[in-house]
Amino acid sequence: MGISEIQGYASFVMTIFLVIMLYGYIMYLYRSEKRGERDYEKYGNIALDDEITSTPVEDKAASQRHKEENK
Amino acid sequence: MQSNAALEYDYSLAKKFTFLTILFGFLGMLVGTIIAAQMAFPELNYLLGEYGTFSRLRPIHTNTVVFGFTVSGIFATWFYLGQRVLKVSIAESKFLMVLGNIQFWLYFVGALAATVSLLLGYSTSKEYAQYEWPFDIVVVLIWVLWGVSIMGLIGIRREKALYISVWYYLACFLGVAMLYLFNNMEIPTYFVSGGLGDPLHSVSMYAGTNDALVQWWYGHNAVAFGFTVPIVGMIYYFLPKESGQAIYSYKLSLLSFWGLMFVYLWAGSHHLLWSTVPDWMQTMGSAFSVVLILPSWGSAINMLLTMKGEWNQLTDNPLIKFMVLASTFYMLSTIEGPIQAVKSVNAIAHFTDWIPGHVHDGVLGWVVFMIMAAIFHMVPRMFKREIYSKKLMEAQFWLQTTAVVLYFTSMWIAGITQGMMWRAVDEYGNLMYSFIDTVTVLHPYYAIRALSGVLYLTGFIMFAYNIIKTMTSGRELTEEPQFRTPMA
Ligand code: HEM
Repeated sequence: MGISEIQGYASFVMTIFLVIMLYGYIMYLYRSEKRGERDYEKYGNIALDDEITSTPVEDKAASQRHKEENK
Repeated sequence: MQSNAALEYDYSLAKKFTFLTILFGFLGMLVGTIIAAQMAFPELNYLLGEYGTFSRLRPIHTNTVVFGFTVSGIFATWFYLGQRVLKVSIAESKFLMVLGNIQFWLYFVGALAATVSLLLGYSTSKEYAQYEWPFDIVVVLIWVLWGVSIMGLIGIRREKALYISVWYYLACFLGVAMLYLFNNMEIPTYFVSGGLGDPLHSVSMYAGTNDALVQWWYGHNAVAFGFTVPIVGMIYYFLPKESGQAIYSYKLSLLSFWGLMFVYLWAGSHHLLWSTVPDWMQTMGSAFSVVLILPSWGSAINMLLTMKGEWNQLTDNPLIKFMVLASTFYMLSTIEGPIQAVKSVNAIAHFTDWIPGHVHDGVLGWVVFMIMAAIFHMVPRMFKREIYSKKLMEAQFWLQTTAVVLYFTSMWIAGITQGMMWRAVDEYGNLMYSFIDTVTVLHPYYAIRALSGVLYLTGFIMFAYNIIKTMTSGRELTEEPQFRTPMA
């Protein structure tokens, strides 16, 4: 088997692998929303409500405080 | 970070890059129109000695519109929306402000110098990578500065979640960094030969088929990470913001993002079909090009669905019109590209005018329309003034739309005619036409394209005039409009 054949097979295997990853990602997105763990659609509001004084959709400072409290 | 009542977004960098976008847009399209006219009327090649020839001007056109106009547009919009979606002012960090200004001046001076070098005939002869090695080093520096600036702003943000547009800008940064470095690996001949020849001259580190492969992996992904990814990033911010409608499906935007990242990088070899690269690689290039329709249309449809129930805005807000047309042209060119990547179609399309036809329905209809819409949205907010003239905007829209249609239809006909004539053989297998026969037949289509260039450029001048009038004499706004941009 020459190098170009190995490359060919490698590219095929890689494609299949990445397709599985991508489908896995779709399932992950929908499942975590269904279980109520995440709400992705709320991030759409980041663009609409974007004044510097607006409340962040997810507050960085608050989440850091939260992390430290849980330490 | 302390909260400060008078905190405001700082638009000084976005303003500076907006000026450059307009300047380079005008220059690039002016040269585009000139070379289009030269193809129709070859005598125009001899007006300025060696400096006015097609071969000198063509790389100036491509590099000015790509690295001048589009990249300035990317920087301008980043320095505007980056702050807004991260809810942090860049002025909160002195370091980032200084960095941004260095980036601006290095970029401005570097871009002008690089353009002059092309005019003087310094070129590596690799498409979209013509700049010689000293300019490549400047490009890398600018890019690193921008990268630090993006990461810095992300570092001091208040909004923890990164809005989808930020992902796209990040991908643009990473993608271009990787592509540019690999394809521009070159050896300055003067220094390795002990002082022979021109100090600016270099040769590529790759040779033959390898060089071609790296080149088109770069060339195609320059389209991906320069003309697609950041522009999608723009529309994901500006369309929702202008229309007041959140993205139709945020999940679809995430999925399309990863789909695009995964698929695009493998499609470049469709530029080398029927050439000396390994067969499996050509097949892979074709296959991935066809799959690319999915993530591309995923984004475009997401944008159109964002307007669901709000289509009345299309008739009464010209800015929405610009963006909806942009996403429609994005759909057109992302279906056209995969068709051209099918091997049998490519056998006709390759080397013909259909390719520049395809390029320009994408860039004129999608990239330029979206960047102009972004500027129309940003300028009233940055200068606190109403858009100077809605009528002028409408007129510009129709003029430029007509121009795009004239451009791509003439090139479709020209390209397919050319492809068929080159292949035509008589009953004994002899070629039926000589090259000059095709040139004669194509003349009217070249003339139509030159006309379309004049129309498009006129539209761009109307745009520039409208924007400059907005900055200087638009009615002053007392408060920032939340969604729809006010216009007179
Ligand atoms: C007034 C508008 C424009 C006109 C009249 C124009 C005209 C032209 C012409 C005549 C060519 C050479 C085609 C050939 O060699 O056969 C060309 C190439 C090209 N133009 Fe433009 N152009 C315009 C705007 C733009 C813009 C705004 C962009 C990008 C943002 C762009 C990107 C390109 C690229 C990438 C190529 C190389 C295409 C290839 O190699 O197949 N053009 N243009």
